[in-house]
Amino acid sequence: MSPVISISNLTKTYASGLQALKSIDLEIRKGEIFALLGPNGAGKTTLISIVCGIVTPTSGVVLVDGHDILREYRAARSKIGLVPQELTTDMFETVWATANFSRGLFGRAPNPAHIEKVLRDLSLWEKRDDKIMTLSGGMKRRVLIAKALSHEPDILFLDEPTAGVDVELRRDMWALVRRMREGGVTIILTTHYIDEAEEMADRIGVIHKGELIVVEEKIKLMEKLGKKQLTLSLLEPLASIPLELSDWRLALKAAGHELEYTFDTNDERRDIPTLLKRLSDLGIGFKDLNTNQSSLEDIFVSLVSDRK
Amino acid sequence: MSSAANTLAFNRYAVWAIYRFEMARAGRTLLQSLVTPVITTSLYFVVFGAAIGSRITEVDGVAYGAFIVPGLIMLSLFTESISNASFGIYFPKFTGTIYELLSAPVSYLEIVIGYVGAAATKSIILGLIILATATLFVPIKILHPGWMIAFLVLTATTFSLFGFIIGIWAKGFEQLQFIPMLVITPLTFLGGVFYSIDMLPAAWRTVTLFNPVVYLISGFRWSFYESADVSVGVSLAMTLGFFAICLMVVGWIFKTGYRLKN
Repeated sequence: MSPVISISNLTKTYASGLQALKSIDLEIRKGEIFALLGPNGAGKTTLISIVCGIVTPTSGVVLVDGHDILREYRAARSKIGLVPQELTTDMFETVWATANFSRGLFGRAPNPAHIEKVLRDLSLWEKRDDKIMTLSGGMKRRVLIAKALSHEPDILFLDEPTAGVDVELRRDMWALVRRMREGGVTIILTTHYIDEAEEMADRIGVIHKGELIVVEEKIKLMEKLGKKQLTLSLLEPLASIPLELSDWRLALKAAGHELEYTFDTNDERRDIPTLLKRLSDLGIGFKDLNTNQSSLEDIFVSLVSDRK
Repeated sequence: MSSAANTLAFNRYAVWAIYRFEMARAGRTLLQSLVTPVITTSLYFVVFGAAIGSRITEVDGVAYGAFIVPGLIMLSLFTESISNASFGIYFPKFTGTIYELLSAPVSYLEIVIGYVGAAATKSIILGLIILATATLFVPIKILHPGWMIAFLVLTATTFSLFGFIIGIWAKGFEQLQFIPMLVITPLTFLGGVFYSIDMLPAAWRTVTLFNPVVYLISGFRWSFYESADVSVGVSLAMTLGFFAICLMVVGWIFKTGYRLKN
């Protein structure tokens, strides 16, 4: 499938000399939910800001649905909706006015029915005549989302959408993201909450110090980099792994007191009951066992710390 | 370019959205936007027109009270155009909402038309209101109404452009006030709002001719009474020249992203 966003050799060095992005290559597929993970200052917002036209790239090419973001900025930008990280809203305007303003700004003919639908979807309809400054932080966040959706974008950028957001809004927001994806909208989000990426994203990109260090399907990423381990506390320490078990991925830990088995749940020939039966046949006893599985967070931490 | 790009050859919805947004802002601050300048102008009439004007009979064959009307309109036009346009673009920068403008499929020209158009519209309305207010105090005649409107529109647009530049340049509210207070107001007061430069000593007359505001006021006054400090052609050329300079600076700002983009 052709990518909806194609980024190649993108770099950004700010006037201060800070190199925020070092040669980024990335393709976003149509209709996917892509999560961009990275520590603070990794370059997530810079990357999003360049695609949206807020920051000028130093070099490189970005195509949005085939349109160059600089030469064909109108075509490129009209497809994008952006929900920024900061709660930057007008103050004195009403919710209704600001949503209609955004729609106009993005070159769309007025469509009160669409604006009404967006406001209702975000539980803002009752607040439509309220001035934005009178709304709570969570409501302002909803207003920013409404503004981004007012012009029916094909691509939605959510920059840290759930930072400082209450549980209810977070749940509503993810429900909305799922509905939009069902409607064919491509969604790119950055988040600090790794469990959120784990739950929502189809693919994950990890960005660190201006470099994309990994881009992978979430499931593959977790399979490839995630580990499942069984640890057995042995009754008697072992000096070495018995030859009969040499084709199992076993390791001795804690001076031979623990046997660690790194396994793949899809491998039916080497499942845990078989291993336990083998051990019992060999007369190796154990007093305790536990299994653990690495989360996306473990993967993320190990990826980032490897680079330090 | 693709068809999608072509359908947006001119984003009129965006221009209209910005224009309406800015006009709505004036609607909310109607008191500041219109009533304050009208009161200020009325005070000028009371102080200069009635109190001092009774001692100065005529300037170039025009009653003093009537003589100062074009200058007073210009004074309000300068300050209001600048403050409206500078605030209009500075405030989104201050609050951060400028992100939306920068990420929208709008050209620089459309942004300028929206903001400057709204600021100029407000100033022109204001100028006409002051003119109407003035007729309550003194008899006014307008010999060249076409030129009067032309100078009004051109000056309002030029100073709105200038204000737009200040709004982009300003890094704080103080800087927003800086140019209007320290440059425009003195130049205007010394630019012949309240006197004809012929009333000055010869040396000061020469100095005054370096003040661009003299030409703007003189041209506008000519359209009322055919009395002018400098020829109307020179006035028009100066106004157009200032307009062209502002236009070029705005063009440069958007080309480089000066104080707008990283």
